[in-house]
Amino acid sequence: MTNDTSRANGAELVRFDKVTKRFGEVTVLDELDFSVATNKHVTLIGPSGSGKTTILRLLMTLLKPDEGTITVDGELLTHEQKNGKLVRAGERHTREVRKKIGMVFQQFNLFPNMKVQRNVMEAPVHVLGLDKDEAAQRAKDLIELVGLTEHLDKYPSQLSGGQQQRVAIARALAMRPQVLLLDEVTSALDPELVAGVLDVLSDIAHSTDITMICVTHEMSFARDISDRVLMFDKGKIVESGSPEKIFSDPEHDRTREFLSTVL
Amino acid sequence: MMTSGMFQNYFLPGIWITIQVTVYSAALAAVVAFTIGTLRTSRLWIVRFLAGAYFEIFRGMSALVMLFWLAFSLPLILQWQLVPMYAGVLALGLTYGAYGSEVVRGALAAVPVAQREAGVALGFSRAQRLRRIEIPQAWPEMVPPFNNLLIELLKGTALVSVIGVADMTYAGNLVRLGSNESAPVYTLLLVLYFAMAFVLTRGMRVVERVAKAGVGQADPLTFRRTKATAPATTSGGAR
Repeated sequence: MTNDTSRANGAELVRFDKVTKRFGEVTVLDELDFSVATNKHVTLIGPSGSGKTTILRLLMTLLKPDEGTITVDGELLTHEQKNGKLVRAGERHTREVRKKIGMVFQQFNLFPNMKVQRNVMEAPVHVLGLDKDEAAQRAKDLIELVGLTEHLDKYPSQLSGGQQQRVAIARALAMRPQVLLLDEVTSALDPELVAGVLDVLSDIAHSTDITMICVTHEMSFARDISDRVLMFDKGKIVESGSPEKIFSDPEHDRTREFLSTVL
Repeated sequence: MMTSGMFQNYFLPGIWITIQVTVYSAALAAVVAFTIGTLRTSRLWIVRFLAGAYFEIFRGMSALVMLFWLAFSLPLILQWQLVPMYAGVLALGLTYGAYGSEVVRGALAAVPVAQREAGVALGFSRAQRLRRIEIPQAWPEMVPPFNNLLIELLKGTALVSVIGVADMTYAGNLVRLGSNESAPVYTLLLVLYFAMAFVLTRGMRVVERVAKAGVGQADPLTFRRTKATAPATTSGGAR
């Protein structure tokens, strides 16, 4: 099932095929087709309730689509082949494909029962089976990358929101995912803490070849890191293009209207 | 007249038996509580149903009657008799384990969904999430209600005296029969149970502090109220 050429730069890493997601009566995503190429950074913008976060949660398998399929790195995420038939993915298959994906949440979601370093090394040790020393070194390197070396030995509750979010970024990166999902990562932060988090992320975006899918209301950040910006409204992509194009010369009235409210 | 000889020969061994029954029953109850409590959060309805049935059945049965049943009916059925003290431990452990399972289930349900999601996002299996994320975070919530149950259990151990286990209460009854002094004997018993409960409560306070420190909510020991280093919030911020 694995497609060997899919890792090459420019190939499709994430693909949604006619994905529909409903919450009760409300259709949040309506037969959505969209794909993200390897090494690209894609930002999803649009009014709240337009389905952006739902896309990330579907990819992280926190939600299941009602219809359609999602493919990651050539492998089906939502389904698997069993006896020649396509069936809903079981827990084991889901966990295997999910390893390619990492996520940073709006509310950080650090584990309050673990100190900073253990937050970062827990999954590499117990999920990837990494040697403790190796995982500790990897954690230290990443915590240094996000500028928190002096806080290694603290509990999350002893850190500011911005610091917690930077630990959460290090924690997601420690799993070496191919795709990093960023779900409004600065929305819960005090205004003066936003820049520190965005600086770290933009460093990562420019210095690594990780693929990013980002939901944000920080338009200048979106402009800085994105290769492509997708404008969403009512579960559909209204417009897609380079950040220059979308922010300076949008084609659709809906995009213009939305940008005028946030810029 | 109650003499010091009566205390040494009857009460002292009785106290020791009460402590033993309490410790063994509490250990069994803890195992039952965690097993049934976590099974009651299972994704499989049949597992949830069976664990829930255990809870309802054992919560709804009289521990005293179960004690009689284990001591007097079970031997007739099996042609084999449990040592009375273990019959007592079994009846108390299974009953208080059922109560405890509700504490475990409730505390697990109170762990924020966001923690489960973070665990999923990092690839943890369900069992790993329970063991490494959900149970450690739920634990500080469990300690105060567990303390209540533990004291209920301690006082409940007096039941074993009716099947002939020579605990504190049994010793008290013997001394009363021998000396005909009800008032001092039962007063002494009340004071002894209270003293033991008080010691348990103090102990559980320490457990609670340690548990809270384990999730970064408090310092492990009271006398370390101030820290040598400056608080984190002033040293970091928006860099």
